[in-house]
Amino acid sequence: MEQWLSLLDSTIRVATPLVLAALAGMFSERSGVVDIGLEGKMLVAAFASGAAAFVTHSPWLGLLAGVMAAVSMAMVHAFVSVTYNGNQLISGMAINTIASGITPVLALAWFQQGGNTPQLDDDSRFHDITLPFADALSNVPVIGQLYSKLLSGHSVLVYLTIIIIPLVSWVVYRSRFGLRLRAVGENPHAADTAGVSVARVRYIALFWGGVLCGMAGTFLSVYQTGSFIKEMTAGKGFLALAALIFGKWRPLPAVSGCLLFAFADALQIRLEGVDLPVIGQIPSQAIQVIPYVLTVLLLAGFVGRAVAPKAIGVPFVKSR
Amino acid sequence: MTDFAIELAGISKRFGAVQANRDVTMHIAKGSIHGIIGENGAGKSTLMSILYGYYQADGGSIRVNGQEVRIRNSQEAIRLGIGMVHQHFMLVDTFTVLENIVLGAEGGLLLKQGMEQARAHLLQLNRDYSLEVDPDALVGELGVGLQQRVEILKALYRGADVLILDEPTAVLTPQEADHLFCILRALREQGKTVILITHKLREVMDITDAVTVMRAGTVVGNVRTAEVDKEKLADLMVGRKVSLKVDKAERLPGAAVLEVRDLNLTDARGVKLLDGLNFQVRAGEIVGIAGVSGNGQSELLEVLAGMVEPSSGEVRYHDQDLLLEKSSQPRAALYRQKGIAHVPEDRSREGLVKSFPMFENAILGYHNDKTISRRGLFSRQALLARTRDFIRQFDIRPDNAQLRVGLLSGGNQQKVVLAREIHANPDLLLIGQPTRGVDIGAIEFIHRRLVELRDAGKAILLVSVELEEILALSDRILVMAGGQISGEVAAKEADTLSLGLLMGGHKQ
Repeated sequence: MEQWLSLLDSTIRVATPLVLAALAGMFSERSGVVDIGLEGKMLVAAFASGAAAFVTHSPWLGLLAGVMAAVSMAMVHAFVSVTYNGNQLISGMAINTIASGITPVLALAWFQQGGNTPQLDDDSRFHDITLPFADALSNVPVIGQLYSKLLSGHSVLVYLTIIIIPLVSWVVYRSRFGLRLRAVGENPHAADTAGVSVARVRYIALFWGGVLCGMAGTFLSVYQTGSFIKEMTAGKGFLALAALIFGKWRPLPAVSGCLLFAFADALQIRLEGVDLPVIGQIPSQAIQVIPYVLTVLLLAGFVGRAVAPKAIGVPFVKSR
Repeated sequence: MTDFAIELAGISKRFGAVQANRDVTMHIAKGSIHGIIGENGAGKSTLMSILYGYYQADGGSIRVNGQEVRIRNSQEAIRLGIGMVHQHFMLVDTFTVLENIVLGAEGGLLLKQGMEQARAHLLQLNRDYSLEVDPDALVGELGVGLQQRVEILKALYRGADVLILDEPTAVLTPQEADHLFCILRALREQGKTVILITHKLREVMDITDAVTVMRAGTVVGNVRTAEVDKEKLADLMVGRKVSLKVDKAERLPGAAVLEVRDLNLTDARGVKLLDGLNFQVRAGEIVGIAGVSGNGQSELLEVLAGMVEPSSGEVRYHDQDLLLEKSSQPRAALYRQKGIAHVPEDRSREGLVKSFPMFENAILGYHNDKTISRRGLFSRQALLARTRDFIRQFDIRPDNAQLRVGLLSGGNQQKVVLAREIHANPDLLLIGQPTRGVDIGAIEFIHRRLVELRDAGKAILLVSVELEEILALSDRILVMAGGQISGEVAAKEADTLSLGLLMGGHKQ
């Protein structure tokens, strides 16, 4: 029980930035804009938030800086791919390249710590929050334990994410914006003739994508490691994208995809150096590869045909 | 003054070198069905796009209900009570009917309330005009006739008083078209104004109150339908006498060139695209395949041309089963070599490479021909000479063999494809939509060439969605519906009514 709880607990931690990034990707891709720049947006957010939190001693100002940095990258992407009908893959790739180049350069110039930001002190980081009654309930079997060990004791960003998931799902399926978002990604010409501004919807979608990426990046630097480290996103943006495709561009299935990847990741950490019955010790390289193998397997075999939004990747040019 | 819903005065519009509309003036009476008729490229669609706010006119004025207005975008057109049903439907396939209808007019930040109101309104409209549309059906799963009604509902839901329909019957069976006309009459009774863009004379005669005839961007006639007849309209439209009839002598067909036996094609989802086809095409006859587009005709052509492998069946050509042939080259190339020429339905995607010059397009698929190469390389002289032959024989304009094919008009592009395929002297010609997007002059020319080919003893399989074309050219007519042949009619006994029933899937 203890072991399982701690495994699930780390699953939640690992999943949070993935979920945020996947939902960010969902907004932009549902609007018809390919978003391979999730990685880069997370990275600039991680840097900006780490730097700002260090300078201001406030995790919240760090979050604000992270969100603003990611949003500004998202707006560059929007400007290129919506306003100028540029190639969305190239624009996204450019964002990733710029992000991985500019962050260590600025970090080195400002903090002289080998391309990282200085370690944040306790006041400047997000902390784990113990939910009310967690201690009191920790002895109640099952429910109490689940509450105090699993649900309690996470960062405020985790709880925000837990609120954001149903909110996003509700926005996509129950709100006017969601209807327009889906229409624009599926058939922008139909949306256009119905009097919906395709460009406006895409800009808004990319904006919210930027906000969510900003939160994801902040989670990494201002909560998880307590500083920005070069290339700290390490492919999480692409993993999130894979989860999005696994979830067929729907919010809840995409979130479950993230949880699956996170679970594999947590399992990998747990399995390292452990003697398993019969097999013995598995080489750590073989274990580290689990999440990636899982990604390939899931995307290749088990998802079935993932039907992307029809207009994805196609710049909208008014016909006639 | 008389009540006019729409008054256009002196509308002009130029795109680069092309004058799409020149000084167009027309008055459309309230509560009437007004036809706008003209050939492809006569400027009908441009004019309506100006009225719906897609384009701004270079000059002229628009009045709606007597008020002079400027329509800068489609939202403004909608606000003025103008609705449009596009030729290519503007619907989101993955949405329900209801979602499609409220899109852009949701009535609030949240969907719930607006959707409920829309549902009530929709059911009311459904009853008023007997549209029979299920609000919860997925649009992608509806047939084209119903999708079109969804488009109409969309416009009505937005409070359209003037409804523009752009070539609405192009995708419908005659029966569906009749149903559409019933709906349009009901709309007129309720005081709505309907503008019908078409190039089909029959429709104009059947349903309109008044007609504006356009030619080359200008209005050549504003008439009351009751005061004209088909021939008069056709004259106005084309500007000279044309006969849609093709003169062709009675001829006894020879031996079977192509015989298809129990041909089936099933797609990856298990849908039967071709379902047990059996027919023959004999030397010296034109067999026409009629049907609403999307009923297996395209797939049949692709199978016969060797582009797609059928699931089962036999394709016998000169009494040999082509499907059993073994060859290292692609099937389509093999069939070509054996004398099966193919003019594909979609010439810009399958028949031509638009960015290539005419002389390169003139040999596509026949590039292994020894007579145009010298020591393994193309002889430019030979290519150009052959292309100039084509230009002369088929009257291709402009007569510049080095011009990019994409710059030619649709009719001239089609002539390039046809010239290329006929040059190979095939025994069997497969031809799809020979005159789609082709002007009337070129249509006559192409039809004459096809009949000449038939008289020369070639077998021709003609697929067309234009019934008039099928009726004018074919010796025998097969009708396809739902991947099956729903009937066969001798051309002499065929009429649009019986063919229409077969096209709708009623078996003989």
